[in-house]
Amino acid sequence: MNDLLNIEHLSTHFKTEEGTIKAVDDISLHVRKGETVCIVGESGCGKSITAMSIMGLIEGPAGKVAGGSIHFDGRDLTKLNRHELRHLRGNEIAMIFQEPMSSLNPVITIGEQIVEPLRVHLNLSRRDAHTRAIELIEQVGISRPEQIFRSYPHELSGGMLQRIMIAIAISCNPKLLIADEPTTALDVTIQAQILDLLRRFKEDSDMSILLITHDLGVVAEMADYVIVMYSGKIVEEGEVTQLFANPKHPYTQGLLRSKPVINQRQDELYSIPGQVPNPLELQPSCYFHDRCEHCMAVCRMEEPNLKKVGEQQKAACWLYEEAKVYA
Amino acid sequence: MSSIGREITAGGSARQERAKSSIWRQSMQRLLRNKLAVIGLVVVVIMFLACFIGPVFSPYASNKIHMNIMNRPPNMRHWLGTDGLGRDVLTRVLQAGRISLTVGLASMVLSVLIGSLLGVIAGYFKGIVDQVVMRIADLLLTIPGLPLLFIFGALLSEWKVPTEYRMYIVMVMLSLIGWPSLARLVRGQMLSLREREFMQAATVLGLSAKRKLFHHLLPNIVPLLIVIATLNIGGSILMESVLSFFGLGVMPPTATWGNMIDAANNMLDFQNRPWLWIPPGLSIFITVIAINIFGDGLRDVLDPKKKK
Repeated sequence: MNDLLNIEHLSTHFKTEEGTIKAVDDISLHVRKGETVCIVGESGCGKSITAMSIMGLIEGPAGKVAGGSIHFDGRDLTKLNRHELRHLRGNEIAMIFQEPMSSLNPVITIGEQIVEPLRVHLNLSRRDAHTRAIELIEQVGISRPEQIFRSYPHELSGGMLQRIMIAIAISCNPKLLIADEPTTALDVTIQAQILDLLRRFKEDSDMSILLITHDLGVVAEMADYVIVMYSGKIVEEGEVTQLFANPKHPYTQGLLRSKPVINQRQDELYSIPGQVPNPLELQPSCYFHDRCEHCMAVCRMEEPNLKKVGEQQKAACWLYEEAKVYA
Repeated sequence: MSSIGREITAGGSARQERAKSSIWRQSMQRLLRNKLAVIGLVVVVIMFLACFIGPVFSPYASNKIHMNIMNRPPNMRHWLGTDGLGRDVLTRVLQAGRISLTVGLASMVLSVLIGSLLGVIAGYFKGIVDQVVMRIADLLLTIPGLPLLFIFGALLSEWKVPTEYRMYIVMVMLSLIGWPSLARLVRGQMLSLREREFMQAATVLGLSAKRKLFHHLLPNIVPLLIVIATLNIGGSILMESVLSFFGLGVMPPTATWGNMIDAANNMLDFQNRPWLWIPPGLSIFITVIAINIFGDGLRDVLDPKKKK
């Protein structure tokens, strides 16, 4: 097993007054060393919650990792104490967020914010940390690092701030980088630069990336392996070229169809009919059934399991479980 | 890759200029544009200088009693006259100012320390810690401050606390009254700040709670603290004066503005010797007004959200 991150049957629940919301419902995923895994899905499908569960950011009393295990490099993250978790965060697992503008503390200089994890995790002296920080700022493609070092976040643009966030994230040479929609808040030209940057660091340092996004373009560009989530469940997963060439689950098919194709006139962009089901009213069924073109009787009554449908591809759909359908 | 980076930063030589001047310098410039606030600041500075340096140049800087020059009205030798024990009133007003300003400053520092520390802790940790701290604060807030201080003051007199210690005890008393409202404000700010995304980012970096509290959260409320602290000094000076006026604060022969106004309690002094009580009264008035004007100016500069 050369899995770096190994999530088995993870469930994360939130208690609300109306009932329990299963934001993440029994998902399993693996990230190998040096691999980029993308989680795709629309808003509210549980992709960010998955990331937060890994980082131990689910806050009680409302939220709770209700079951399953998250093994990282041989340790179960759900069982670590606060001290061990702190040592791991920022050091072995780093994370970057969607909004670079609000992810940096507005009253502390950029430099100090880069230096801080270096001093905490690597125990560098003030001078060494400063030198390293300057190097990092240069590495993420920002010139005049000394000056940026002394700036405050409001003095930089969103693209530069996201570069700084990446610099902070990679500062301690993490084994895994979780990127939660790192390019969503940026405009398209900057997006490409940021993705380039991530890819370069991944190749240089053999770091794994868990990339969370709703942008299939980003997936195509970055991913080795794709996981499609819907309503807290994994509906399909597979190696990226296979999945894009031959999507099995109707939801994945819908997602791919709702992407504009360059050089092809379309009157109207396809959109999947219907709405995401209310997470409070989920009955045992395929959660996608009322939006699905191929809905059958069994889809309304029983949950499909993830099943191998191709060489490196799995889907959770009754269409591919013949025995059940005809029973 | 680096060429792209150069492109991005190349656009801003003006930005480069701005990066050099820190947030503080910008605030300073804005403050200097507010004339009223500057006047307030100047008055406060003059007051401090006069009180702390002035008595050094006075030939009458002692509490010595001169029976032959009792109750003289203002004249060339004694610019503000002399009191019932033949002491120079001007010198005493300045010496009193030392005590009053020191008490105001010290109790401000104490209450800001207690209030912000407890507020930060309550707001950050929430739960039981928050409940305990805030209920104590509420309790102190429900009892009006002045009666509470009167009771403390009376107890001090009852226990015959030596007069030279009373000044320090008054400071502590004032800060005990002052911290709850401050802690409340700080806690409110903390509750909202701790949920901000950059705090989640700090957690993800694996920083300890102590570091997050004092290195990430506290700097965010420094402007608020500065404003409250400034306004707090004025309040403390006023409170101390009230206590001393009623003879429950700092005791004579140590002069404070409050216990000097006590002269107005005597009908004879009140009607015939206004030079005994007008100067200390005026000093309190001017100082507190100046501090409040300055504090308001500071608030406009440091806390733009509160601007009307």
